Amino acid sequence: MRCGVLRTIMHGFYLVVLSLAWLAPASAAVSLDYQLKARRIAPDVYVFVGANEDFSLDNGGNILNTGVILTDDGAIVINTGPSRLYGEQLRRAIAGLTDKPVIRVYISKLHPDHFLGNQAFRDVPIYASPRTIELLHDQAEDFTDNMYRLVGTWMRGTEPVIPTHQAVAGTETIGGHEIELLILAGHTPGDLVLLDHSRGVLFSGGVVFNQRGPTTPHADLHGWLDELQRLSRLDFDLLVPSHGPVAHDKKPIAETAAYIGWLDQTFERAARDGVSMAEALYLDIPGRFSRMAVMPDEYQRSVSHLYGAYEDRNLPLAKQIGGE
Amino acid sequence: MYLCSGITLPCLLAGLLCMQCALAAAEPPPDPLASVQWPHMAKVLLSGHPIVFDERVRILAPKAAENVRQVPVMVDADAIDGVRRILVFADLNPLPKIIEFEPHDGARAVLGFRFKVQQSTPIHAAVLASDGVWHVGGVWLEAAGGGCTLPSLASGEEAWVAHLGEISAGLWSRPDGERLRFRVIHPMDTGLAPGIPVFHITQIHVLDEAGRELGVIRPYEPVAENPLFSLDLAVTGALRLQGRDNNGNRFAARVAPR
Repeated sequence: MRCGVLRTIMHGFYLVVLSLAWLAPASAAVSLDYQLKARRIAPDVYVFVGANEDFSLDNGGNILNTGVILTDDGAIVINTGPSRLYGEQLRRAIAGLTDKPVIRVYISKLHPDHFLGNQAFRDVPIYASPRTIELLHDQAEDFTDNMYRLVGTWMRGTEPVIPTHQAVAGTETIGGHEIELLILAGHTPGDLVLLDHSRGVLFSGGVVFNQRGPTTPHADLHGWLDELQRLSRLDFDLLVPSHGPVAHDKKPIAETAAYIGWLDQTFERAARDGVSMAEALYLDIPGRFSRMAVMPDEYQRSVSHLYGAYEDRNLPLAKQIGGE
Repeated sequence: MYLCSGITLPCLLAGLLCMQCALAAAEPPPDPLASVQWPHMAKVLLSGHPIVFDERVRILAPKAAENVRQVPVMVDADAIDGVRRILVFADLNPLPKIIEFEPHDGARAVLGFRFKVQQSTPIHAAVLASDGVWHVGGVWLEAAGGGCTLPSLASGEEAWVAHLGEISAGLWSRPDGERLRFRVIHPMDTGLAPGIPVFHITQIHVLDEAGRELGVIRPYEPVAENPLFSLDLAVTGALRLQGRDNNGNRFAARVAPR
């Protein structure tokens, strides 16, 4: 009798498990849609706005702003997103905006959320700075593995495609748009910034962050401050950062510079005072910076990326006296 | 037990209960981090003394390990009187024991270091004080993993051989003594990377100018390559550092205030 009851309970349990198993793939399939919506920010210029947060299973890695410029000759795409799936959905969304083909892709920097959608643009020339291409030959596989770990099933079928063409700094007219490329170093060793003079739109890539903690895994802070100064002298109406909302002024440039300058001075002072790296993780962050998205996590990451070099400068070689 | 006459079921049950009581007395207090390895760690590493979780054992570490080869940690148990020994371990590391520090008179119960982490894990610091009790603190560290089974960066090149054991250091005057920070050039190979035998510093003695020992650091395999240590001392003036590794290499240096 007891066994009968148990069997009934177990039977019910199996039914529940079976029904869940049936539901799981269906709901997962529904959620694997980035829901990309083109936002028109200027005539012929569109941005697909990403979440202003860190990579997660919920956002599928869609944390950056990708851009499209519709020229008379065809579409120029700025960054392809974090996965093959994103690249494919981006391409479909662009097809909804224009009948013309995609003629060029520009990749702002080597970070994975910028180029892992390249598979969907294999038939198009993909441009990046020479340094970015060089670094991707070394690191693209590791970046891809890491993204699989961070956003899981969204990455299905994603393989890194290295940009095919070296971008050259300078201005050229493409389908009626005067496009200027700047190739800089600081945020990463191969930052590419694109300015559409015809529409007054600056695609700053990772050089400028807006209301989000700047990321530093490949950064040289002094070079970055120089880059920001260069961008602040440019003439534009709209600024599209890789991360954070589109801006109508130069304030995000000044804010990014203020934070980068603060990081540099804070690390310099701490290392000079003998502060350990673990202590440096928990130094006070001024309110204007701690309010940015993904803080204090990005600050802690920066300690890991950068503080060691400041420590080294404050640990001179001691007088070796030989073991005894 | 004496209530039971003969071997009856109630008697057996009572016996079992008593055994459980006895076991419970010897069992460590539950880990606030609910580490699955905690009971085992306590048994293997902390036997022989009672254990209490104590908020005065402070551990500074990142929430997530950005670099699994170099996770910075600082243990500060200076609020506890008469600290004799600090033992730091990562419960889920393949080699859990990270480092030990014995502060003598003249050294505060503070130790900063970096270590290699293999996966997300609790980090525990156990502090044995003169009251004969292990005072324990813990933090949780998230990590992607792999730090312990990677070859050292040095093992891929030859340059380190000429600098093995070389010490760089800084000594900062503080109102209550001085802060010592020093780095030793050493691969600190765990022995878990294929084909690379275990090779690590086993002890570093910190002495004052008169030769009085202020403390001993005992690093284990997980301590990071070219390890950088931070200590707080209740003395002033120059110091001497003397260390050795598991291959018998010896190294020493004199550190003067800045």
